[in-house]
Amino acid sequence: MKVELDINKVKHAVEVEPRTSLLDCLRDKLLLTGAHAGCEHGVCGACTVLVDGAPVRSCLMFAVQADGYAITTIEGLSPGPGELSPIQDAFCETHGMQCGYCTPAMILAAHALLSKNSQPTREEIIDAISGNICRCTGYAQIVEAIALAAERMRRQNIKADPL
Amino acid sequence: MIAPEKRFRFVSSDRRVREDRRFVVGKGNFAADIVPQGVKHVALVTCPHPAARIVSIDKSAALAMAGVHYVLDGAELAGATNVLAAGLDTPNVPRYPLALKVARYAGEWVAAVVADSRALAEDAAEAVAIEYEPLPFVLDADEAYAGGTLVHEAHGSNVLLDRTFVWGEVEKDFAASPHTLKHRVKWGRSSTVPIETFGVAASWDPWREILDIWASIQMPKYPDQTAMALKIPMSSVRVHYDVDVGGSYGVKRGIKHTVLVGYLSKRLGVPVRLIEDRLENMRGGDMHGPERNFDIEVAFDDQGIIRSMKMRALDNVGAYAGRSPFQLGKPVGAIVGPYKIKSVQYQAIAVVTNKTVQEAVRAFGQSPTNYAIERTVDEVANRLGLDRLEVRRRNMIRHDEFPYLIPSGSTYDSGDYHTVIDKVLARAGYDDLIAERNRLRGTGLLAGIGIAACLEPSGGNSSFEPLLNPKVGTTTWMDSCRISIDLVGSITATMHTTSAGQGHETLVGTVVGEVLDVDPDRVRVVRADSLNSLPSNSPVGSRMAIMLGGAAFHAAKALKDKLIAIAAHDLGVPAERVAYKDGNAFDTAAPDKKRSSAELVTMAHRHIHKLPPGMEPGLSVSHIMPVPMGGGLPNADGRVQMYPCYSFEFHLMLVAIDPDLGKPEIKRYILGHDCGTVINPKIVRGMTMGGIAHGIGAALYEEFAYNDDGLLVAQNFMDYLLPSAHEVPPVEIVHHETPSPLTVFGQKGSGESGYLGAPAAVASAVNDAVRPLGIVVNSLPIKVAQLGDMIAAAREKTKGA
Amino acid sequence: MKPAAFEYSRPADIDETCALLAADDGARVIAGGQTLVPLMAMRLARPSRIIDIARIPGLAYVRDEGNDIAIGATTKQHVIESDPVIRAKLPLLFKVMPFVGHTATRARGTVGGSLANGDGAAEIVLVAATLGATLVWRDAGTNSSMTASDFFLGPMVTALPLNACLAEARFPVWPEPRVGVGFHEINARQSDFAFVSAVAQIALDGDGCCTRAAIGIGAATAVPLRLDAVAENLKGKRFEEGKVRKALKAALADIEPMADLHASAEYRKRVAVTLGVRALADAYQAAARRA
Repeated sequence: MKVELDINKVKHAVEVEPRTSLLDCLRDKLLLTGAHAGCEHGVCGACTVLVDGAPVRSCLMFAVQADGYAITTIEGLSPGPGELSPIQDAFCETHGMQCGYCTPAMILAAHALLSKNSQPTREEIIDAISGNICRCTGYAQIVEAIALAAERMRRQNIKADPL
Repeated sequence: MIAPEKRFRFVSSDRRVREDRRFVVGKGNFAADIVPQGVKHVALVTCPHPAARIVSIDKSAALAMAGVHYVLDGAELAGATNVLAAGLDTPNVPRYPLALKVARYAGEWVAAVVADSRALAEDAAEAVAIEYEPLPFVLDADEAYAGGTLVHEAHGSNVLLDRTFVWGEVEKDFAASPHTLKHRVKWGRSSTVPIETFGVAASWDPWREILDIWASIQMPKYPDQTAMALKIPMSSVRVHYDVDVGGSYGVKRGIKHTVLVGYLSKRLGVPVRLIEDRLENMRGGDMHGPERNFDIEVAFDDQGIIRSMKMRALDNVGAYAGRSPFQLGKPVGAIVGPYKIKSVQYQAIAVVTNKTVQEAVRAFGQSPTNYAIERTVDEVANRLGLDRLEVRRRNMIRHDEFPYLIPSGSTYDSGDYHTVIDKVLARAGYDDLIAERNRLRGTGLLAGIGIAACLEPSGGNSSFEPLLNPKVGTTTWMDSCRISIDLVGSITATMHTTSAGQGHETLVGTVVGEVLDVDPDRVRVVRADSLNSLPSNSPVGSRMAIMLGGAAFHAAKALKDKLIAIAAHDLGVPAERVAYKDGNAFDTAAPDKKRSSAELVTMAHRHIHKLPPGMEPGLSVSHIMPVPMGGGLPNADGRVQMYPCYSFEFHLMLVAIDPDLGKPEIKRYILGHDCGTVINPKIVRGMTMGGIAHGIGAALYEEFAYNDDGLLVAQNFMDYLLPSAHEVPPVEIVHHETPSPLTVFGQKGSGESGYLGAPAAVASAVNDAVRPLGIVVNSLPIKVAQLGDMIAAAREKTKGA
Repeated sequence: MKPAAFEYSRPADIDETCALLAADDGARVIAGGQTLVPLMAMRLARPSRIIDIARIPGLAYVRDEGNDIAIGATTKQHVIESDPVIRAKLPLLFKVMPFVGHTATRARGTVGGSLANGDGAAEIVLVAATLGATLVWRDAGTNSSMTASDFFLGPMVTALPLNACLAEARFPVWPEPRVGVGFHEINARQSDFAFVSAVAQIALDGDGCCTRAAIGIGAATAVPLRLDAVAENLKGKRFEEGKVRKALKAALADIEPMADLHASAEYRKRVAVTLGVRALADAYQAAARRA
């Protein structure tokens, strides 16, 4: 089946089987390998992308269901080659990762949170990432990254607009 | 964290971890991201029975499907490959990637399908028709030990290892002690379960005769075991170490996956890849952790001083064994924990059952052992009516007693346990914590304080191998670093293994920068592959800060000495008079006489006539380093130095339990951590917090549970419960540094920190909470409903009484 | 874990949906997919065709119809989570929404999907059963409806006919001025399916006595339990913990709770009482706070 996907503000026409997940379509057809497969049954969250700004498990969507939405992947967040968004930079500042496998998903979840809530409490941050499992960090430095990003973006008047 | 005095320019500074940059933009290089041209995909056909004879395999329907290239069975694979390496001397317990004649656990891989896509391979896997004849099976370790149903007929029993060590006058010490205490504690089957499953792609080039391998691997001896199994020279195996591993914590030893795809690639003449899906991983990936029953008896006096300990450790390793039985050996290196127990009897038993195969899990058996020791110390205190903290203090090795030799032959390098504890108590206010516990109790909740004092042996020596398998003569492991300064002065360091998030590139950059007195960010760090590699034993055993850090240090020091020698020769002064700063060298007696780093580099690369006679041109140095204190074999009693350096952690937590629900909640958690000199604080703290999360998982949430039919019931993430951000409480970490005298900066390992003591601390807290009801909880994980039922039963009894 | 192959249809309306269902025994409806797709990935569900109703116009809505709030079947859960009408008129549904899965599953999951799946451990199902919601479905060109107590038949088994498509769920509104709700659940991790859950809705008169009550227990038994006897018994009374506990114990005495990996039957029965008491206590308190 043919489907047109809007990924990071670029339109892509792809030919996929109906059973191809959005995750596999992104990774295999579009070579956007930042979204990762961790469980393929909707629990670990490593496959998270933003669909119209909301975090979604891309392993639970078929590519043929994904037309007509604005989809954001981690590849859409950097301002330019070699540059980091404020959230990405905050994750580097606090070392909010180790192996990096859950990281794109965490950053997208953070992005979605901060675009709705620019002053989240610790509880709100935890809730926002509670659907993303990390086995490396114990979450502490991830929560700190998101809090740091929120603080810096407020001070610099930067908004986390969903792309 | 208390800021150390500025002993170093870069080491211990709060620097960013350079690897993070590629991960935050989604440009990691994970196994599934690597897609060789023309690669074919593997899916597994797995056995649905816990034990079964494989009667027949009908591949015809699968092979007839479009896009399917091959169906491989165990007979063909076993005929073409050597058996997979085992750690113990157990030739009658052979292990192959695909079951041969008999499948021995539910989920074992029986056949492999190769197709144009993973989806097609899965379709075809369903069409492979296998006739099984179910066989009797055994799941319980005690039952397996006793005999009866044999998992491997040819082995004659289910026992892979049953060895008793006696260190010191155990019976005498028991006879002389006024008190003894005996109990059983159980560590349930869990594992570290990385979010990335194991993945490997292999591509055989018949013209160059090289098998290229890209894998999510964390394994010593990987290229050699792959080569051995595939019957090709090790110099025909090229493992690419620049693959980013999405978490491992010990378990990613995908040797059977690799032999499988390696063989298929050779056989089919195309690259082949296997990216485990989560079901294949949980059931048949062979990455389960220890499942251990401890029977412990201790002898102690009225003061709570523990004189002697007898420990029997029975581990259920699953249907086959690679290295996992060695997880009974490594803890020998810290068998008495941080305590001055004088004599020890240790019996290590590994049995096979019809469960998934066990693999090395973070700390290689130390966390279960620490849990067993700490439960025992708590019970000693409880028996005597003494404070559990006070009993620990009395038993602990004192700062002035290091280096301290323990009965099993290891010497602890350094430590200051009492200071770490004091620091934690100062932060926590122990009396306040007790008052808070009592206040919570007053509101009708159950509440308990958890205490755990545990060691992290680090440095990764291999002495547990000859200890448990006398046929193995390996005495130590190595690691290496090569540093080159090129002709324009850029510095490149090479490391020779994969990483799974430990920040090794940052480690090497920092160490080289420290020695060469240049900004670490100017040091490029790259990875070799196994054909252009110096020896490495991969990041296991909490060893890399010590070993890779050490190798990088020594290589950098040799390079610095070479630069000084070049300068001295050109300046015409003795080398001892030359100082080195910021890459430049100058005569300390006449500082105007100097050579800049650019001049030194030019001399080494171009003006070779200016070099000291006999000196190699260029600026490349390699250093291969053995483990400090390594090199010895166990003596007849089994005494040997296990790992060289010992980090220490002290956990203190307050837990509340709603007695009607049975759900423990961690209210406060303070950890004292001493891993010697900290090379990168962000990395160490992250490791510790991650280890704590693993530990909380093992204590409260995670279990590979089997039903009576021998089937794994926790085989996906809906039933195997991984802690989310809700389940990991904030932890205050109090830092202390007792440097190791054995390492270049005084650093010790911290790769297992938090995990080593968190389960013990949680168990301690829960027990303290339920003890007033007469309940003892001596098995992990502690599940909500089970605890609730125990509390309800205890309350019923009190009512009835 | 790739699903078995299937065809994909995106019908324009609900009647086309039903026609597609009637034409193929193996066809299944998909809306949010948060429940169906994991089953398909594990090949426990193998539809020959999935019929995507997520974007059928006019199937997602929240309508205040006075006595009821009508929620279109494909209304996304995250919409309910923040809808002011729901907050004002269906406080019990509003209360449980943050506990339904995770942010990411509520972004796609639908109210109708949860109800059609009929998992007794699901919060939305429990609320529907407790309040006596009405389920409306479309089948061969006509609408039919059924009350929740008849609709939920067993674990993941509902009365939804084979070729029908759920269209709407109608939740009754309590017009009383002093209404309060309570919700408690116990699970291993915060966002897991509960081992046991309890919801309660209470209306109080000016003296703090109950004029109407609804209590439901979820996840303990195959279908959610609506405890009408307990509700009836509360009328005219203030909250007295001892009496409430006794009434709940009596009402649950003969139930056959499920036993599984997560909890024993005894645990579920015992904790159902505990959580029922707490949910009622909360509901009373919340109602008392209303003027």
